[in-house]
Amino acid sequence: MQFKAEVKVTLKAGVLDPQGSAVRGALIAMGYNQFSGVRVGKHIEVWMDAVSIEAARAAVTEVGKRLLSNPVLETFTLEIEPAVMPTASGSDA
Amino acid sequence: MPRFGVVVFPGSNCEMDVYEVLKNVMDQPVDYVWHQDRDLSAYDCVILPGGFSYGDYLRVGAIARFSPVMEAVAAYAGRGGLVLGICNGFQILCEAHLLPGALQRNVHLKFRCAWTHLRVENTATPFTGQCAPGQILKVPVNHGEGNYYADPATLQELERNGQVVVRYATAAGEVTAAASPNGSLQNIAGIINRQGNVLGMMPHPERAGEALLGSEDGRFIFASLVDYLTTGRAARV
Repeated sequence: MQFKAEVKVTLKAGVLDPQGSAVRGALIAMGYNQFSGVRVGKHIEVWMDAVSIEAARAAVTEVGKRLLSNPVLETFTLEIEPAVMPTASGSDA
Repeated sequence: MPRFGVVVFPGSNCEMDVYEVLKNVMDQPVDYVWHQDRDLSAYDCVILPGGFSYGDYLRVGAIARFSPVMEAVAAYAGRGGLVLGICNGFQILCEAHLLPGALQRNVHLKFRCAWTHLRVENTATPFTGQCAPGQILKVPVNHGEGNYYADPATLQELERNGQVVVRYATAAGEVTAAASPNGSLQNIAGIINRQGNVLGMMPHPERAGEALLGSEDGRFIFASLVDYLTTGRAARV
């Protein structure tokens, strides 16, 4: 079966985010004063084969810890749904 | 005579400077080791050089960490073999969990290519045995992600165990925020693992190997390694 997982990687609380601070600084410079905090993370999409949605979740969790995130600095959440990778756009074939 | 191996990943770009220092300045046998090689048995010291392995994609060092050679490096380090990670090499060692902590984006978000002064905090290592305690080494940095981070408990442990080997300082040896090129916690520029055989440092000692380059202080790192390996205190693992 084919699935698509969406992985959201974020910095752990307590880890400094200079990029987020820079983005907030830019917002203020642009005249927006209501943004009290910005933290920048990553959104990763993976398309995969698995025998079940549980197996897919387990596989993405494993690679999430090993490769997609650095557990020293980051945590991640994931969402999985049955889906087929689009071929016209978004593939590197 | 000790033999050095310099690992080359796709995107490494400092391997030639490391090779040059070892071969022509230190006069030591040295080979390049391709990232797909799995045999490190010929080497007394393995060096992971600087550069942009795998384009720094995903995270610096995140993909190089899974190159075939890294399994061999982990086993080699596990047996007590000497491993030196410079810049991207340090980043790869952290991703591979051969060293604790991680390197983040420089706090000011700029890529910094500049001279730094390093204060040697621990001379009881194979990498700094030829240095005097508190000695200042003038060595350049060249990185966008050298901001060392570890959680408070790990940081405490590193300090307590003497695992912080070099720290950013002024020329006079004062550890100040202004002396840091990247915002690293405790001005940490280089650390060693608990067993004392794996060192990672962000500055480039290979770029301070000859007076012509502006400093010869980087030689102390390589001279310490050569001295350690030739006085019979280490066996080829």
